[in-house]
Amino acid sequence: MRIIIIDYGAGNIKSIQFAFKRLGFDAVLSNNPEEIRSADKVIFPGVGEASSAMAKLKNSGLDNVIPKLKQPVLGICLGMQLMCKTSEEGNTKGLAIFDADIKRFNNGLKVPQMGWNTITNLKSKLFKDLKEADYMYLVHSFYAENCKESIATTTYGLTYAAALQKDNFYGVQFHPEKSSTVGEQILKNFIAL
Amino acid sequence: MLTKRIIPCLDIKNGRTVKGVNFINLRDAGDPVELAKQYALKGADELVFLDISATLEGRKTMIDMVLKVAEQLNIPFTVGGGISSVEDVDVLLKSGADKVSVNSSAIKRPELVNELASKFGTQCVVVAIDAKQIDGNWIVHLAGGSISTELDLFDWAKEVERRGAGEILFTSMDNDGTKDGFANKALAKLSKSLNIPIIASGGAGTMQHFVEVFKAGKANAALAASVFHFGEIAIKDLKEELRNNNIEVRL
Repeated sequence: MRIIIIDYGAGNIKSIQFAFKRLGFDAVLSNNPEEIRSADKVIFPGVGEASSAMAKLKNSGLDNVIPKLKQPVLGICLGMQLMCKTSEEGNTKGLAIFDADIKRFNNGLKVPQMGWNTITNLKSKLFKDLKEADYMYLVHSFYAENCKESIATTTYGLTYAAALQKDNFYGVQFHPEKSSTVGEQILKNFIAL
Repeated sequence: MLTKRIIPCLDIKNGRTVKGVNFINLRDAGDPVELAKQYALKGADELVFLDISATLEGRKTMIDMVLKVAEQLNIPFTVGGGISSVEDVDVLLKSGADKVSVNSSAIKRPELVNELASKFGTQCVVVAIDAKQIDGNWIVHLAGGSISTELDLFDWAKEVERRGAGEILFTSMDNDGTKDGFANKALAKLSKSLNIPIIASGGAGTMQHFVEVFKAGKANAALAASVFHFGEIAIKDLKEELRNNNIEVRL
């Protein structure tokens, strides 16, 4: 099992790497297109601001590599957002893998949404052995609109897509690597895909 | 629904967990990595590590401890104490910390908050504020609470929010170590004036105090140390009590 974490200079990749290590897997950091293409599983992380992260992705040429990957790919947090069509954050054009747009929370609630919230309407093997309304850890100011590719939803003032799937591409807004044993189960499920 | 968070705070000195009563008279309460794992198992939502000696003695936060904690912990954690530059934060985040908290360094050079927010994102920038009431005004203090500033708590909090803080950790020095409850009036005012989450700190003694800090104090999260470290309040019992009071928690 070769797991690659895409290393393009945006995000807290150490904690993802440690989470896989706790599960008994070595996840390797790489920005090499060949290595990424030949991996069994690919993690696309991301933390920070969308337009600068997208710029880093373009500089590395990986914006052309990721959408063509054939193996299971898991975008986490900003990684998931960059897999969508557009983001209101920095008027960013994303990879358009998912047919969803990223909007800013604008409903009078505290932003960022920070902490533990439930995921419901679970519709994927990614959530095998999870219960409806299990808690996941989230930190974000922007969200994906609920859409047909949604495989889990969360409510924060409004109901949005907490996870998306299209073919071999998966994206989660929450941080499975920081979501206790439930998050670890999701990573195990991803490895088993 | 987004839950209220319970956050044990591990004050660190020389690699060991300590808790100051009104910031002096330290008592030893164990190894931080072991304690962190225990707290994750017991249902803590998040942890904060504060290197309390860092600002006073100019010590840097222990990168080794952060790495060891990150390796073993499956919930988020914040590291604070002695952080004064983008480089300091870069090393901590690369070692696996999820968030950093800045305090005195932001008071001395407020642009630091902007720099951190633009480089790493607002989500990982916690601004910690220690304040106490002087002649009816909440006055911000620095260097572990030992030096008074001219800053008003509410003005300063508003300013750091504007500069890109993702969260405020407000410690009432009047309440800290008293076990008489949180500074709910000031917290509620702070919560109303800001659009970012607020972590309440200082004064936890009973489970009822946590009920009050979420209801009256409008806090998004509550932080405490000794009541957890010395087993006076079990996190599971606390969360059940909160749920019985119709406060949303992760159980």
